[in-house]
Amino acid sequence: MSEWWTYGPRDLLMFSARTYYRLFELYNTELWPLQIVALVLGAAVLVLWRHGGDRAGRAIAAILAVCWLWVAWGFHWQRYASINWAASFFALAFVVQALLLLWAAVVRGRLTPLPATRLPQRAGLGLLLFALLIFPLMGPLLGRSWTQAEVFGMAPDPTALATLGVLLFAGARPAWVLFPIPVAWCLISGATLWAMEAPDFAIVPLAALLALLLAVGGALTNARSGSLTALIK
Amino acid sequence: MEKSPDLARRRLLRAVAAAPLLWPALGRAQPARPATRAIPSSGEAVPLVGLGSWITFNVGNDRAARDASAEVMRAFFLAGGRLIDSSPMYGSSQEVIGYGLKKLGRPANLFAADKVWISNGAEGRPQIETSRRLWGIPRFDLIQVHNLLSWQAHLPTLFAMKAAGQLRYVGITTSHGRRHGEMAQIMASQPIDFVQLTYNLIDREAEQRLLPLARERGIAVIVNRPFQQGVLIRRLQRHPLPPWASEIDCTSWAQFALKFIISHPAVTCAIPATTRVDHVRENMGAAVGRLPDQAMSARMAAWVGRL
Repeated sequence: MSEWWTYGPRDLLMFSARTYYRLFELYNTELWPLQIVALVLGAAVLVLWRHGGDRAGRAIAAILAVCWLWVAWGFHWQRYASINWAASFFALAFVVQALLLLWAAVVRGRLTPLPATRLPQRAGLGLLLFALLIFPLMGPLLGRSWTQAEVFGMAPDPTALATLGVLLFAGARPAWVLFPIPVAWCLISGATLWAMEAPDFAIVPLAALLALLLAVGGALTNARSGSLTALIK
Repeated sequence: MEKSPDLARRRLLRAVAAAPLLWPALGRAQPARPATRAIPSSGEAVPLVGLGSWITFNVGNDRAARDASAEVMRAFFLAGGRLIDSSPMYGSSQEVIGYGLKKLGRPANLFAADKVWISNGAEGRPQIETSRRLWGIPRFDLIQVHNLLSWQAHLPTLFAMKAAGQLRYVGITTSHGRRHGEMAQIMASQPIDFVQLTYNLIDREAEQRLLPLARERGIAVIVNRPFQQGVLIRRLQRHPLPPWASEIDCTSWAQFALKFIISHPAVTCAIPATTRVDHVRENMGAAVGRLPDQAMSARMAAWVGRL
């Protein structure tokens, strides 16, 4: 598109809010009871986090990679692409994120969960619980149908938020390569909801930016205390 | 081509054959026919109100929403509408239009307007063919270069298709008031039949240069965003219609906004988009009854400007 920089999100929005939420309704209805499997996977992430250790970190990353792959295919490619030609690019980005999770966390073990004793880890746990339990309720609380609920592992927003929560677990050396795609998706999703005049448009992007800030803050604090420790030693 | 008696007879026969499909309820009075305006390059008359498909017909694979879109199309044809406009950029809209046309028995009076929207000129013709298959029609009446994208590459292709009888009219489009200078240059230098641009009670830049140029050059004008994608109507609906709106047979703000546009002598057709049958009837009603004269149009714009 020529002069694309002069277009705002509302100019580019090519579907109505009704069509967007109806997409989730048809998706959920068609695949029920896959939502229960997705929530069991989410619960497994929580159990593995409590278990802790390197192997648990690799298992969590594997679960997240499966979810990102599913959302890429089952949501973006199969459904969202029917109303948004950009969704095929979103599907590609979600596949890349799944591969990055497999490479950085499953192969290289960069996602070892730490106990929730410090702020970033506590916030990560909070974000994960929000994505798993609260996010699916938001639509119905705002007057949308239960059948339009967005569930972790099936819908992109709660999957991205849960992933950012898990990344905050990782403590001193976050796997930075795993941040850009979830954060970018959350910003795109927020812009889409804003263009649709959805009242909850700010929640996902703000949560993502908060997660990023906490990760950066935690890394800086650790770097400073590491330098201090080195000086004392 | 359009004036060929054989073609006209075939169209009339197809229209008569399709009428029961479109108007199954026997004994119901048909609505008043909308006023038309001639396409300058051919003299063919098209109703002053058409049907856009941006956002409204992009409903994906949702069967219920596709059926609702088909009902909007049915109401449009029943009210005397002809011109439906779409683009490859509009997601599933072309496919949904094809679904509706098939369901309605391919109304013979359809005026199919679509666009070519691709950077590479060599891919223009295959894209138009894909669009044609999605609509399920033998050929398009009008193909426009969407937002002037690679117009230098596409216009020769479109002129060649028109010469070969694969297309009846060639046009270019812009929206949101963008690139009016470049559009004017193309209008002045290329033998195009149509331009599509944004014009409404608020966005009136086209009055300065493009609309007079269209009259001077004998180019038909399709007007997009007549309601500023609903923003204008939502704003106007907070106020009562002026009492003198009845002087131009207006019963709603939508008709007020449309009558303002189609009263401009350079405008051939405005293309509001909607998902609702009652709205499409209301929109078509704007092309029925009295239209504002120049003084009344100025009064309408001034009134809205004060709200």
